Amino acid sequence: MKLINLIVKVWRQENETSSGSFQTLKSGPISTDMSFLEMLDVLNEKLAKVGKEPIAFDHDCREGICGMCGAVVNGHAHGPENETTLCQLHMRHFNDGDTLVIEPFRARAFKVVKDLVVDRSALDSIIAEGGYVSVNTGGAPDGNAVPIPQDTAEQALDASACIGCGACVAACPNASAMLFVGAKVSQYALLPQGQPESARRALDMVRKMDESGFGNCGNERECEAACPKGISIRNIARLNREFIKAAIISYEK
Amino acid sequence: MGWIKQIITTSIGKKSVMAVTGTGLIIFLFFHLVGNSMIFLGRDMFNAYAENLHRLDFAVKVFEIGLLILFLIHILFATLLFIENLGSRPQRYAVKKDTRRTWGSKTMPYTGATILVFLVVHLINFHFTDSNLTLSELVRSVLTQPYYAALYIICLLALALHISHGIWSLCQTLGINQPKYNKLLESGARSLSIAVGAVFILIPLLALFYSNFLL
Ligand code: HEM
Ligand code: FES
Repeated sequence: MKLINLIVKVWRQENETSSGSFQTLKSGPISTDMSFLEMLDVLNEKLAKVGKEPIAFDHDCREGICGMCGAVVNGHAHGPENETTLCQLHMRHFNDGDTLVIEPFRARAFKVVKDLVVDRSALDSIIAEGGYVSVNTGGAPDGNAVPIPQDTAEQALDASACIGCGACVAACPNASAMLFVGAKVSQYALLPQGQPESARRALDMVRKMDESGFGNCGNERECEAACPKGISIRNIARLNREFIKAAIISYEK
Repeated sequence: MGWIKQIITTSIGKKSVMAVTGTGLIIFLFFHLVGNSMIFLGRDMFNAYAENLHRLDFAVKVFEIGLLILFLIHILFATLLFIENLGSRPQRYAVKKDTRRTWGSKTMPYTGATILVFLVVHLINFHFTDSNLTLSELVRSVLTQPYYAALYIICLLALALHISHGIWSLCQTLGINQPKYNKLLESGARSLSIAVGAVFILIPLLALFYSNFLL
């Protein structure tokens, strides 16, 4: 087992209203087999033993599927590895003596709750505006009774891989949520079940996104580079098409 | 009309206005480039082109007003987007690394502002002047001055950078993004902005270094 020692500069903030600052800690020996969150667990145990407040961070599944974890590590949302959530980032990607700067996801729409924990309920409120199908679709149809071409199904599945972690917002120079909304609108826009409500969905979700304090997309592509699920900005283009179509062609206002 | 206002004030609405006005400006730029290329055919061709163009007095006026409106809308929405985006992350990161942003995309507001300054200087030089010089003499009188030539070159570089992101970006904004042509689109946008920049910049360069320019 290989061990490395790190210098950890981590953001500490008591609550939403306090100002917060960086705290510098020595990690002590860390196994390169550990995940990033396990490294934080080790650090927290040490802090707790000496009666200090552990570092608060969000996590749940620790297997890259729930979207709870996330922080900006050395300037990259979810750390420097491609298509990897923070919980699936392993310490073997770091070297002995490295300094890790760990900050919460930052955006006007995401308030810091404590340390690395941020309130991402703005994303939930966008979902509540149309990230579902509510028309009565009747009983389950027979398999293959609703014909969907294979690549369309693939694209819908790729869009639906979004775990709503908010890394796209965190990485965007304008803190825009367009990749998230693009993925959520696309997964329905691509499938027949999503069609009846597609215009309403695009208009409502975009309006909610704007109201929630996210910035405007500048087509900078930082989101797709940060996305742990490799969601492409093709989904943003599709959202733009859906929105423009809804605005100009549909009867919905 | 209420729905138009509602649409235009959304983020995608504002971006679409940028994309549509940007497209108009790029089309203008293309015609301006073709017209200016007459300079390379010599003084007489260039002056004849200018005279013929201004014989279409009414059409030119209509075109100018249209262009002015495009510019004003583009600048208004750019300012709006810029100000809104400034507030989108009140607390900045201590460390933030770029991955896929380009020089062009990062500098859009600044290259845009440079173009605006250039526009004012350029119009003072060539539009709001009451000299009796022929167009070729006027161009010579401005661009053989090293400070003006340098200013033009810098601003034209900013313009090339602006459209290097702008051409691809307007397509993405309008939903034009499919793998079958993305490579072509990206290389096309890059080549076009380099070509536009190079041809425009050749003019002040010639004025500076070729003593018989337009004589
Ligand atoms: C001949 C002159 C100009 C041309 C051809 C042009 C073209 C474009 C194009 C095609 C876009 C992309 C739109 C999109 O992303 O969908 C754009 C964006 C932009 N332009 Fe211009 N533009 C010109 C002048 C200006 C001026 C004078 C300003 C500012 C005062 C400006 C500021 C901006 C800004 C800030 C953006 C980025 C908007 C965003 O993505 O949020 N441009 N321009
Ligand atoms: S903890 Fe669930 S994705 Fe990281």
